[in-house]
Amino acid sequence: MAGTAWRSAVSQVVGALKKESLQPRTFTRGIHTVTLIPGDGIGPEISTAVMKIFEVAKAPIQWEERNVTAIQGPGGKWMIPPDAKESMDRNKIGLKGPLKTPIAAGHPSMNLLLRKTFDLYANVRPCASIEGYQTPYTDVNLVTIRENTEGEYSGIEHVIVDGVVQSIKLITEQASQRIAEYAFEYAKNNQRASVTAVHKANIMRMSDGLFLRTCREAAEKHKDVKFNEMYLDTVCLNMVQDPSQFDVLVMPNLYGDILSDLCAGLIGGLGVTPSGNIGANGVAIFESVHGTAPDIAGKDMANPTALLLSAVMMLRHMGLHGHAQKIETACFDVIRDKKALTKDLGGNSKCSEFTDAICQRVRELV
Amino acid sequence: MSTRAPTLFGPTNVPALSSRSCRSACVFLSSLHTVTLIPGDGIGPELAKHVCELFRFCCVPVDFEVVDVDSSMASEDDIDDAIMAIRRNGVALKGNIETNHNLPPSYKSRNNLLRTTLDLYANVMHCQSLPGVRTRHRKIDIMIVRENTEGEYSSLEHENVPGVVECLKIITKTKSLRIADYAFQTARAKGRRLVTAVHKANIMKLGDGLFLECCKEVASGYPEISFESMIVDNTTMQLVSRPQQFDVMVMPNLYGNVVSNVCAGLVGGPGLVPGANYGENYAVFETGTRNTGKSIANSNTANPTAMLLASCLLLDHLKLHDYASMIRRAVLSTLTETKLHTADLGGQGSTSEVLQRVMNAVQSTGPRTLSM
Repeated sequence: MAGTAWRSAVSQVVGALKKESLQPRTFTRGIHTVTLIPGDGIGPEISTAVMKIFEVAKAPIQWEERNVTAIQGPGGKWMIPPDAKESMDRNKIGLKGPLKTPIAAGHPSMNLLLRKTFDLYANVRPCASIEGYQTPYTDVNLVTIRENTEGEYSGIEHVIVDGVVQSIKLITEQASQRIAEYAFEYAKNNQRASVTAVHKANIMRMSDGLFLRTCREAAEKHKDVKFNEMYLDTVCLNMVQDPSQFDVLVMPNLYGDILSDLCAGLIGGLGVTPSGNIGANGVAIFESVHGTAPDIAGKDMANPTALLLSAVMMLRHMGLHGHAQKIETACFDVIRDKKALTKDLGGNSKCSEFTDAICQRVRELV
Repeated sequence: MSTRAPTLFGPTNVPALSSRSCRSACVFLSSLHTVTLIPGDGIGPELAKHVCELFRFCCVPVDFEVVDVDSSMASEDDIDDAIMAIRRNGVALKGNIETNHNLPPSYKSRNNLLRTTLDLYANVMHCQSLPGVRTRHRKIDIMIVRENTEGEYSSLEHENVPGVVECLKIITKTKSLRIADYAFQTARAKGRRLVTAVHKANIMKLGDGLFLECCKEVASGYPEISFESMIVDNTTMQLVSRPQQFDVMVMPNLYGNVVSNVCAGLVGGPGLVPGANYGENYAVFETGTRNTGKSIANSNTANPTAMLLASCLLLDHLKLHDYASMIRRAVLSTLTETKLHTADLGGQGSTSEVLQRVMNAVQSTGPRTLSM
């Protein structure tokens, strides 16, 4: 559960918001309500930072804060709290901080529960080199789109005989079609020139072959976007030598897991990487993918960049490009300035100081 | 043995590679090793030819028995012949055989067939930063030990319901223990300090969980070597930010594919790193990242370094250490000549120029070589 320190600070704001959300949803002159899940550890403080920056930027966003500790419903099935589900189903858009997965709590990971509840089938990670946060790779500008519901993570494993285990990788035409369609739509909506399908069909002929075929079919329907296919190993080999050759990458679950983290590593790690999950019925949850960092929680040391950039991704998804650009530019400017960086970015400043610097820059950019 | 005055080996006038053996012209030693040579596709044949040339030039006591494998043929006769030849000779040098992944599943990858039939259970790739090659990271020295016969490469797939395909990943205790043992033995033999097992046991609890258990079990028998484990996605992130933290890495087949390609990219690319596949009774040497290089075939632009270094591994395996060291030294010194760098290293050098320089380097160290 969230620490108590931040609660008193924002309880008034949250209280006011909660009152408003009890009313039936109306289009209050373009103000969008977004479900906010602060999460655990550093989650609450980085969420506060994001809310503050959004307020200064005058983004037309109203936050509806919810908690997602797992509860057991009728029949013993684990699920997320009904008020959280109701809020997401109504608002469709969510922003989420890091959630801890307690070991031996008896329930599956919270992230997995969320994924299943909202059928979050696509995990999207745009990875672009951050000017001012130096890594050996300076020209990264790609997006990984990972199928998030099946593949190697189907969770189906059997012990055949003692000492022989079989794990099943499941590839279905339906899921492959869905992710391929999404990849091309994303490319079109975000002015990306090409989509590359990543596979290992030379070895996994049927499964990756099916995935590849559906990607080719989707490519036929979107002739304005270039399409090519590449082996997973070739992508890895080329990615670490020249990542600038890649644009949008679409792939099954496991390769997506590995490649999205590889690309995050190229631009500086999970602390600066945004991420979005697209679900059925128009649901989209944007999140920071780093951990809860319990050792620095509540100490005003956290870096809100990942959550902020995910929130920017969210604004773009909602069509609020102007606000997205302003906030993103402010964030990158502050990082480039190097005057108010948090410890993980190489500086000495507090989270609140970093946040204030971004707010100041936002005011200047109006 | 008399040493002749050094003469330059002129432009090559080598007969085309065929199924006749290419016999060394000046072999004074009594023991001649027969090695199966599978040229493969793409840049394979030209690189194989260069190895032959170089061996002949250096009077290496190796007789290559060339076996061509036609990847376009549906029948598996060619690869069966190759496998038989390797059983006979015990050791092989191989180029990559192309797999057309648009063919139906009945057409299996020839490379995979070879590895599994001969039970070449350990794929070993040593990625180290090389002098003369500019890369983003320096001081990399990683030995990758990859399980080579099971895991995701078991080729067991079925479509029970149309549009729903299941692909089986098999992990066994026997093979996991075997590869872990190989990794630790190699670490001990080479004086390495740390073995890292790469896995995804948080998701594949039974499969990768078993692999991890086996590694831990083997680790307990090597108390002087530290053992750690790391989840594969974090591993790739660590590799691109701080690759120097890794020493020996052991992992199942697919993660091995990913990690070895990432590491090869980090040290300079597919043209530089050799690979070895070891089994109980057989050994097959090839380029580390197993690329066909179709797009640059026959253009005299391929980097021969990886294949030449693979041939040195072959020579070491045959206990012809002097020849191995001589050729390796020459290849590595050629790498420092940046104006000879081939396209993959950002240069404009040609394969034949590189080879000529290697031969010059061998000659200038004074050994007996072939003269025109």
